[in-house]
Amino acid sequence: MTENLLIQFAIIILFLPLLGFVVTLFLGSKVKKIFLFENFVLILAFILSVIMVFAKLNYYPQENIVSEFHWISLNNVPLFGTLNIDLGILVDNISVLMIFVVTLISMLVHIFSIAYMHGDKRYNRYFAYLGIFTFSMTGIVFTHDILMMYIFWELVGLSSYLLIGFWFEKKSASDAGKKAFIVNRIGDIGMFSGILILFSTYHTFTFDKIFTQISLGVLPFNSEFWLTVTGILIFCGAIGKSAQFPLHVWLPDAMEGPTPVSALIHAATMVAAGVYLVVRVFPILTGGALEFIAIIGALSAFIPATIALTQNDIKKVLAYSTVSQLGYMVMALGVGAYKFAFFHLVTHAFFKAALFLGSGSVIHAMHHEQDIRNMGGLRKKLPLTYATFLISTIAISGVPLTSGFLSKDGILAGTFAFGSLTGQWFFAFVGFFVALLTAFYMFRLVILTFHGEPRNKEKFDHAKESPFVMVMPLVVLAALSIFIWYTPNPFNPEQGAFLSKWIKAPTIVVPQNARYSFMKNDVIKPAEQVQTAKPKTEAEITFSESYTEAMHHAHIPAMLLSLTLAGLGILLAFSFYQWKKLDPDKLANSIKPLYKLSYNKWYFDEIYQATFVAFTLGLSNVLYWIDTYIIDGIVNGSATVTKQFSKFSGTFDNIVVDGLVNLMATISGFIGLMFRRLQTGKVQTYIVVVVFSLVIILFLFKSF
Amino acid sequence: MQNFPILSFITLLPLFGMVILLFIPKKQELIIKSTTLVITGIQLVVAIFLLKNYNYSLGGINDPSTFQFIEKFRWIDISGFSWIGKIKIDYFLGIDGLSIPLVLLTALITFIATLSSWTINKSVKGYFAMFLLLDTGMMGVFVALDFFLFYIFWELMLLPMYFLIGIWGGPRREYAAIKFFLYTLLGSVFILIVMIGLYFSTTETLADGTKVFTFNMLSMMNPQNFTAQGILSPLNPGNLRLIAYIALFVGFAIKIPMFPFHTWLPDAHVEAPTAISVILAGVLLKMGTYGILRVCYPIFPDITRQLVWYIGLFGMINIIYGALCAMAQKDFKKLIAYSSVSHMGFVLLGMASLNSMGISGAIFQMFNHGTITAMLFLSVGVIYDRAHTRGIEEFGGLATQMPIYAGFTTLAFFAAIGLPGLSGFVSEAFVFLGAFGFGSIRVLTVISTLGILLGAGYMLWTFQRVFLGGLKEKWASLKDLTFREYAMLVPLSVIIIFLGFYPAAMLNIMNSSVNAMVKVMTNAQTFYGSLLH
Repeated sequence: MTENLLIQFAIIILFLPLLGFVVTLFLGSKVKKIFLFENFVLILAFILSVIMVFAKLNYYPQENIVSEFHWISLNNVPLFGTLNIDLGILVDNISVLMIFVVTLISMLVHIFSIAYMHGDKRYNRYFAYLGIFTFSMTGIVFTHDILMMYIFWELVGLSSYLLIGFWFEKKSASDAGKKAFIVNRIGDIGMFSGILILFSTYHTFTFDKIFTQISLGVLPFNSEFWLTVTGILIFCGAIGKSAQFPLHVWLPDAMEGPTPVSALIHAATMVAAGVYLVVRVFPILTGGALEFIAIIGALSAFIPATIALTQNDIKKVLAYSTVSQLGYMVMALGVGAYKFAFFHLVTHAFFKAALFLGSGSVIHAMHHEQDIRNMGGLRKKLPLTYATFLISTIAISGVPLTSGFLSKDGILAGTFAFGSLTGQWFFAFVGFFVALLTAFYMFRLVILTFHGEPRNKEKFDHAKESPFVMVMPLVVLAALSIFIWYTPNPFNPEQGAFLSKWIKAPTIVVPQNARYSFMKNDVIKPAEQVQTAKPKTEAEITFSESYTEAMHHAHIPAMLLSLTLAGLGILLAFSFYQWKKLDPDKLANSIKPLYKLSYNKWYFDEIYQATFVAFTLGLSNVLYWIDTYIIDGIVNGSATVTKQFSKFSGTFDNIVVDGLVNLMATISGFIGLMFRRLQTGKVQTYIVVVVFSLVIILFLFKSF
Repeated sequence: MQNFPILSFITLLPLFGMVILLFIPKKQELIIKSTTLVITGIQLVVAIFLLKNYNYSLGGINDPSTFQFIEKFRWIDISGFSWIGKIKIDYFLGIDGLSIPLVLLTALITFIATLSSWTINKSVKGYFAMFLLLDTGMMGVFVALDFFLFYIFWELMLLPMYFLIGIWGGPRREYAAIKFFLYTLLGSVFILIVMIGLYFSTTETLADGTKVFTFNMLSMMNPQNFTAQGILSPLNPGNLRLIAYIALFVGFAIKIPMFPFHTWLPDAHVEAPTAISVILAGVLLKMGTYGILRVCYPIFPDITRQLVWYIGLFGMINIIYGALCAMAQKDFKKLIAYSSVSHMGFVLLGMASLNSMGISGAIFQMFNHGTITAMLFLSVGVIYDRAHTRGIEEFGGLATQMPIYAGFTTLAFFAAIGLPGLSGFVSEAFVFLGAFGFGSIRVLTVISTLGILLGAGYMLWTFQRVFLGGLKEKWASLKDLTFREYAMLVPLSVIIIFLGFYPAAMLNIMNSSVNAMVKVMTNAQTFYGSLLH
């Protein structure tokens, strides 16, 4: 398989879902079975991506294969020179692994939806939307430049809007779609500003070219500070898409969408995009930017975990757990545990998809009941759903023999190492504490849903195991949550090909003194790097030996601690909800304020509504008032003034000007009246007057 | 074919059509409508023909030799009166990369507006006669290169517009029409004064070596042609170029419309019939920004450079202010009108960048706004024709009742929001990238990005209120699109999507001219500097 063929595969995989979208959308109302085409297209895309991932990892394990074209050419721009805007495809290990995850989960979601969405009146439309969602995500995965990333980024926003608000007759659903789009746009503005800085500095969008320039010491506005700012701004996009604090509020509401869509959003597409973005731009992140990212990640891991403890909607619990797990990944990136962040992105995608599709299976069986207080005992009715759900829960809780244990443990070790190297133990503390919370609320969910006695007898009696097309995806995903796919040693992920061969930490290009102290000493000089630009050798791997060693040392204590905490969390969950040794209501009452804070989701929505939303709407009304009464008032006012003035001048004209004219007329008339008396018409009188006048005139002339 | 006066043909064809209409009996409404459709159709075909034969590599702007399809002859020649000197005015037409997108847009929008006018039933003959007259005026503005001629076309379009709003408009039509008329007339007065000032400051040399004053815009762009004593001549130390520039700018800015001269627009839109709104937003607003680019920029590059920050500032204000005002609207059509204010702000911001990317973005945004807003107004028209109301709050759930209509509107809305894959994204992105690249308006640019958030806010909120949610009982009988409405919406949709995927199709056309324009602006320093010192 040649490199060229790999690129062609990538292009076909990219456009297949778009084809599916277009065909399914336009034939949707005419051909009833057209959804099968969309399914077929995804299966095809998946098969191609399997071939591609094997080919790439076997034949080109080190290469970054790039293909680009001039999308727009501005030719010879004055003062600058030739300016082109390129789009292109990058096939490297990260993108092929990611595309495998995306197409697999998307395909399974498609298949699952055949049964789950059965009978919906916009059935075909639904599949069309799944198609464009997959297309958007595929674009993000294959992009080799930040502009194309942004293009597909926005398309993901559109897709999520369409799918979250799919049942738009419900106000809550259309609200949720709108909220998702707008909240994401807030992050996008930050990301776009970052892109503006990058483009104005480097005149290119391509990652590689930007990295090279930075490694040569070209910085935005010639300052490391602005490089940090740029990194943070780009990361803002991830805050939105990956639902990080403080923009996480859209994600729980997004549960209004059909459940398989939630699986797609939470596992393979939308939220993964944010982490993927940070993975892609990782080399340009300075120490300051990474620290910011780690803090956001830590908060996003912690806050939603506390909220998940008290929620009663099966999907809401999973939603908050997603935010929390994404917080883990982001925090991992922030503390430099790059490989484990990506690893967790992959493992989490599988078990979270399994959990969401599992909850979909439960909801389907319970006739759209989502409140876990009305569930219980479903283990007997839904054995396969239960088994897969349980495996995934074990995985997310970080119990050995699962994929989740491997990746989460790596992240925790990363925070631990970070603490030992820098003395900042905050991230490690949050990481371990959240591990405890995760194990607790996930097992709470399992116990309340599947164990114990049914609390709603009627719904329970009607429940039955879902059909094959729904169960099959669950089994596949649960199977992928087992360690064996990633490493032969269930306690050491580094022994597997995934982490030892496929995923390499990238070369950091940031100037030395803008990095974390422990990332400093292992970089080759920029000049050398340019010469040997392409394949990255072992020596170029960023992280210094001290970091690797710290990771190594952190591994065992971190593992023991996380095991203890996970065990404790599971134990607590069983004590509260299975064995009823402890009473959750009593506990809730004794810490009422905390309980209420958690139950009400820390009041984020209320606060945002009362501040930002109210402010914007208020401002818009005030401005419109000003527009109508002041700005337009001036216009109308000047019209009125002109009118009044013309009225006045009209009156003036009538009275004064015309008055004068009339006055003259009157005067002359009056004079005429006076002199009329002289006009008697008698010749004798005229002769007398003439003679008399002559005498007077002669007399006057004589006196001169 | 070489000597065929194709630009005169495309410009005067509607006028000819108007004359034909005068001979058609009043009762023959269908014939009147069809004739208009044929005329505008021919115009569209000719515009496409122009594009096909257009040479992309020629720049135009200030270089007479690189304009295309030039027609030039002595039009008015008075030499008898020694006390005013000789008056020589040319009939001078030509296009470059700045005008050809707008010629295309005008032909396209007029054709679609004709289809949209099909529902007019009040004195049809008068309407279409006015409509065609308007068409000539608009087309003329975009092809004229002589200031005098430009001004005639500029004024020519004013009168039919006044009647089209004032007679065929909504309940407050007379107020809106007179407001539009007076406001624009005020702008015209400014333009007229500056035009005369420029005339008396610029000379061109005749064949016999004598120098005469000229209205030729291209001559005005060459600093060598200025007289030593002209009040708008850079050679005159006491010149009034700054004041003249502001007056001229305001004259054009009223048309854009730029804050704070925008209040005629919502009124005019709300009262105008759908087709006229489409033309108003689709073409007329562009005449303002076109005028600035065609006249203000190359004739006054020195002053432009001096004031460019303020242009950017007003662009930013337009973007943010227009968006916030749009958010407060309850009337669907008024909302779209304010969104136009916001979107035209992007054009101003892009122009202020003075670099290729930003100016490309600005011109491209002019074209895209033309197609997108046309589609938005057509969408409002579709629902207004059926429901006879435009109150946003009165609707709800229309997506269930009219799914295809909702589909087209979704496309238009997302295009207006600037979704990638649709044309609006590329132009907005270019505007931002260009403007950010110009140091002095960098901060303005960053603030302006809020506009894309606010845009998403009011658009999606409106979409939700009109199309989503439960269907209201009283709208349960509304019919989906008719064939005629398809014919209007499909071509626009195709263009919006095509240019979203392949923006180079349009950007390449204007590329040489944009680069030429930027060269004029960057050379201004040395050019005008050397003249002054």
